[in-house]
Amino acid sequence: MSFESPLALASGATLRGYELAYETYGELNPERSNAVLICHALNASHHVAGVYADAPELRGWWDNMVGPGKPVDTNRFFVIGVNNLGSCFGSTGPMTRDPLTGRRYGPDFPVLTVEDWVHSQARLADALGIERFAAVMGGSLGGMQALAWSTLYAERVAHCVVIASTPQLSAQNIAFNEVARRAILTDPDFHDGRFYDYGVTPKRGLMVARMIGHITYQAGDAMAQKFGRELINQREQYDYTFDIEFQIERYLRYQSDKFSQYFDANTYLLITRVLDYFDPAAAFGGDLSAATAAATADFLVISFTSDWRFTSARSREIVQALLANRRRVTYGEIDAPHGHDAFLLDDARYHALVRAYFERVAARVAPSIPPAIPPRSARGDSA
Amino acid sequence: MTRLTGGVLRPDLEQVAAWIGRDSRVLDLGCGDGALLDWLARERHCSGYGVEIDDAQVLACTSRGVDVIQQNIEQGLDMFGANQFQFVVLSMAIMATQHTERVVREMGRIGQEAIISFPNFGHWRHLWSLALGRMPMSRALPFEWYNTPNLHLATILDFENFLRALGMTIVDAAFLDERGRRVSILPAKRASTAIYRFRPGPTLPDIGA
Repeated sequence: MSFESPLALASGATLRGYELAYETYGELNPERSNAVLICHALNASHHVAGVYADAPELRGWWDNMVGPGKPVDTNRFFVIGVNNLGSCFGSTGPMTRDPLTGRRYGPDFPVLTVEDWVHSQARLADALGIERFAAVMGGSLGGMQALAWSTLYAERVAHCVVIASTPQLSAQNIAFNEVARRAILTDPDFHDGRFYDYGVTPKRGLMVARMIGHITYQAGDAMAQKFGRELINQREQYDYTFDIEFQIERYLRYQSDKFSQYFDANTYLLITRVLDYFDPAAAFGGDLSAATAAATADFLVISFTSDWRFTSARSREIVQALLANRRRVTYGEIDAPHGHDAFLLDDARYHALVRAYFERVAARVAPSIPPAIPPRSARGDSA
Repeated sequence: MTRLTGGVLRPDLEQVAAWIGRDSRVLDLGCGDGALLDWLARERHCSGYGVEIDDAQVLACTSRGVDVIQQNIEQGLDMFGANQFQFVVLSMAIMATQHTERVVREMGRIGQEAIISFPNFGHWRHLWSLALGRMPMSRALPFEWYNTPNLHLATILDFENFLRALGMTIVDAAFLDERGRRVSILPAKRASTAIYRFRPGPTLPDIGA
């Protein structure tokens, strides 16, 4: 969807008109009360659920969470996935041609913030005729957007679901992002962000960046369990080389190679910066309760005990702020082994909690929606 | 005692609920499936949260619309600010706490008043078991000595001394027999369950209770 009016950004820059790619699932009810906005994290897109008829291998990134009969049941809710500005899956970003110059934005694309994204998403909601969301939901960076929605557009958010997120990045989080960015920026194929003009991509830099990301998304124990110190091809001896010898090396190479073929390097730089900058409490002297005081939504906050990127302690900071503000909040601290990535994976306890919460959302915002019949397996797992 | 509708609540919770006024903000520690908070929200227009560590119970709370914070009550209470609640409840769980003194002090910090229910170890059946050389087992204490989660069992007298030692003032107390009926005569021996309502602050002059 195209937006003609300029968007003023936190940086002071202005984006003259822009495009947002989005997908919807389910039906908006006549009261327009059953809309759920799903916000994505670093490398995902508007393709939240399901598959395309012509590309059955491209399953939505949160397909285990969103869909008919899923925890966020598209038989009951009208779910919107939107690709964020600056990303590389159809919305305006560094790969887009600047209409004024005809040249790709590249490094000239303005650096954005979570709040900028939220303002751009609000315009999409306007265009779709959604005054108030039944829920705004996201994991990780998506959770930051949900949290920002709850204060920037308090009256438009009935429920706010913040999963595996944090009220701000730690020094360590920023440090990892910086290493990733340096890998891209120092790749000779980066060409100051103008690599498009040279017909190359800074593939090596992107691969290193993705490897670092992957390491931080997984728990050490889970990695040990999955890969251990296994050598490739059932070898029992070292080759005494720097080629791939360990399974974990092959995994990282494979994943990062795949990633470097579809992800834009400028987008990676941009979105890691969006993460770094997020700090809603900063404008309130570090007081997160004050920063979230405007929120009127009910909250579901979920963290995973093995997530060392955005630890449970960071989610508890959010919960504590909401408690101090007397907001209704449910907090699930899921003892899952998978680290930060757990929010994307199947976990019966996690999914049962989200499902139960969305039952409540449905009952509150759209009582006319018939109750869903949960699949037998989900009920059984939750007992 | 105010009778509540149709025995929906466990007898000790029924007493707890009877002390909690309309529109109160309530924190229920170890809230289980959220039955007390659910009842208080519906019947007394109360609000608040449960604190519960068990996944299945957290789900049960969420399913019935009770807000729950998934935390261990021994570690997670610093999330709650001073005097955030009119009542902090700990029902039939104190005996399983490890740092019992800290938990009860925290209750006094967070709540204007606190309510604790617990199985009375001084119940005559328990004394009788001990007299016969066996560790007590009862409806309130259904475990063998080797698999009990209970670390800190107390008699009514012990508990009252404990509250006074912590500088708490006992506001009210109720005692129930094994069938949940009120006990007024010789509760120290006849009560199976004791329920205390107290608040932080200096003990008022002893009136010989």
